[in-house]
Amino acid sequence: MKHRTFFWFFLPTATAMLLFIAFPIVSVVIQSVYAPHSQVVVEVENCGPFGCTRSSSVDQAATRALREAEPLGRFVGLEIYLNRGHLAVNEIADLWRNAPDLATFTNRLLRLPFYGALAFTLTYTALVTPLSIMLGFVVALSVNALPRVLKGPTIFFSLLPMIVTPLVGGLILFWMIDSRGVLGAFFQYLTGDPNLSVKASTPMMWAMLIVYGIWSTAPFAFVVYYAGLQTVPQDTLESAMIDGATRWQRIRYVMLPHLLPLTTFMALIKLMDNFRVFEPIISFSASAHAQSLSYFIYSDLGGETRLLSSAAATSVLTIVGIIILLSPVLVRTWRNFGKA
Amino acid sequence: MSSVANRRPLGLKLMLGSFLVLWLILAALPFLWTLWGSFKVEGDFFSRADWMQALTGPLTLAETGSTVTGQGYYGAWVQEQFWRAALNTLIVTVSVVFISLTFGTLGGYALSRSPYRYAFWLLILALVFRAMPPITLVSGYLLPFFEWNLWGHLPTTIIVLVAINQPFTLWMLTSFFRNIPKELDESAMVDGCSRFQAFRHVIIPVMWPGVITTGLFSFLLAYNDFAVTSMLLSSENLTMVPKLASFLGTTQTRGNVMFAVASVVSVTAPLFLLVMFFQRQIVSGLTAGAVKG
Repeated sequence: MKHRTFFWFFLPTATAMLLFIAFPIVSVVIQSVYAPHSQVVVEVENCGPFGCTRSSSVDQAATRALREAEPLGRFVGLEIYLNRGHLAVNEIADLWRNAPDLATFTNRLLRLPFYGALAFTLTYTALVTPLSIMLGFVVALSVNALPRVLKGPTIFFSLLPMIVTPLVGGLILFWMIDSRGVLGAFFQYLTGDPNLSVKASTPMMWAMLIVYGIWSTAPFAFVVYYAGLQTVPQDTLESAMIDGATRWQRIRYVMLPHLLPLTTFMALIKLMDNFRVFEPIISFSASAHAQSLSYFIYSDLGGETRLLSSAAATSVLTIVGIIILLSPVLVRTWRNFGKA
Repeated sequence: MSSVANRRPLGLKLMLGSFLVLWLILAALPFLWTLWGSFKVEGDFFSRADWMQALTGPLTLAETGSTVTGQGYYGAWVQEQFWRAALNTLIVTVSVVFISLTFGTLGGYALSRSPYRYAFWLLILALVFRAMPPITLVSGYLLPFFEWNLWGHLPTTIIVLVAINQPFTLWMLTSFFRNIPKELDESAMVDGCSRFQAFRHVIIPVMWPGVITTGLFSFLLAYNDFAVTSMLLSSENLTMVPKLASFLGTTQTRGNVMFAVASVVSVTAPLFLLVMFFQRQIVSGLTAGAVKG
């Protein structure tokens, strides 16, 4: 295809991505180094018969004029990144000097909002990705063993947790584990504690969010592995059998190596998706116990006061995180294909 | 044809079978439970006394005179005007699917037919864009959209969702287009078609399965989105998912959480039908990129 034809075919999609993906990234970076204008304060001296008093008041007109003239705000450089809501450099230095031991230090560090959100996001990503892939693999093995008639309906029901809107799936689970829901009642019965509530406990909330994550992503792994299992060469399996390989050895040394490229692909996709974990925190109203980076941005953006600069700084930090996460893949692609 | 390697002893079969039953309960029961419970009153679905009430519904009987009630649905759809949100969702999803596929087929076709290296790097760039969490992009939109008065309207949200959709659509369609032999468009061009005519009259007709599968995923992305629609739409233009979230904030305090339960079921029902009719396409779509590596 000629460059010229390529250009015209690719133009619409390139324009869309440039305007609404590349440009916002630039916009986020710019916004994160500007802070909103503070109000213009004027001091007025009122002189009466009993002497003069000075009072300061907000000059509304001047404030509005300033905000309209420079909608971005005033340039503050890296200040927003370093403040308490984000990287909190000074606070960490303080903590480090004053904390008696490492455990106290970590504990206090995680109470800083950004580091708390980062810790949850990383824990969630690190646990949900491998666990959901493993669960999906076992489900795929089991479905593969089913008679043909049962496969269709089984796949149908297995797909549901993944297809359903994340916010909705989260709510459905949350209502069941609510202290007045059926699973909540079951947990209370198991532990013998009638006041047990997921909403009141941070570790339980984290556990439930991770369970939700596994529940909603395992179907993807299942479908991909199920399709992959259909392509495992039967001859190799049979010859492995003749050579005396046990069932487990056949899985370990024939199937798994065959499925390895699929696993890498899936792990990559799921790392990206789990890192943006967001909706379940809203569904579970978990923000008191667990915040993710995405939720952190969302709560800055929403509400009466839209903290655009703060959200922008967190966004930039999140994007840096994503790029670090993707860098092994990018570097490998660069090495394999970039040279020629 | 069953290979010897596929034979399994009875014990293993039972183990796999019971594991599968457990998984199916986990996967399907929450939906059935919520569907059933949406026809009860709050006191039954969220019962402090006995979880069995959600099944039998004694309070529903006492309050409404029947064990099944449509109060939640009436409250959500009529009183809180959920129908308006459903209409908005329809507009948004149909437009997003249509525009995404138009842009995506053009771009994907170009990528699949270009022998040059930049086509490969464009795909890698699309992968990086695919990795961006939508909410980080949203924080980039808000200021310019406020400044230019674009905020709150459906068309803005539609084009934003199309753009966020593009990387994925491109990847999927490129892999589908690569399966169609180049000789097909080349012979059409030898017969006097322009590149665009070959694309429009020769390639697209054989591409329908791929286009439909990709369309399904565009639909799912637009339908399931919360981050973009909740931040970019004004309250009268909300689609179903953010509208549902707004029930949680305002009506939970009033004790009308059943509105939210009813709308959860309403949002899930179309997805249920979608999976039922298009299961094959969804499975092939999920594996299209993966299996070929």
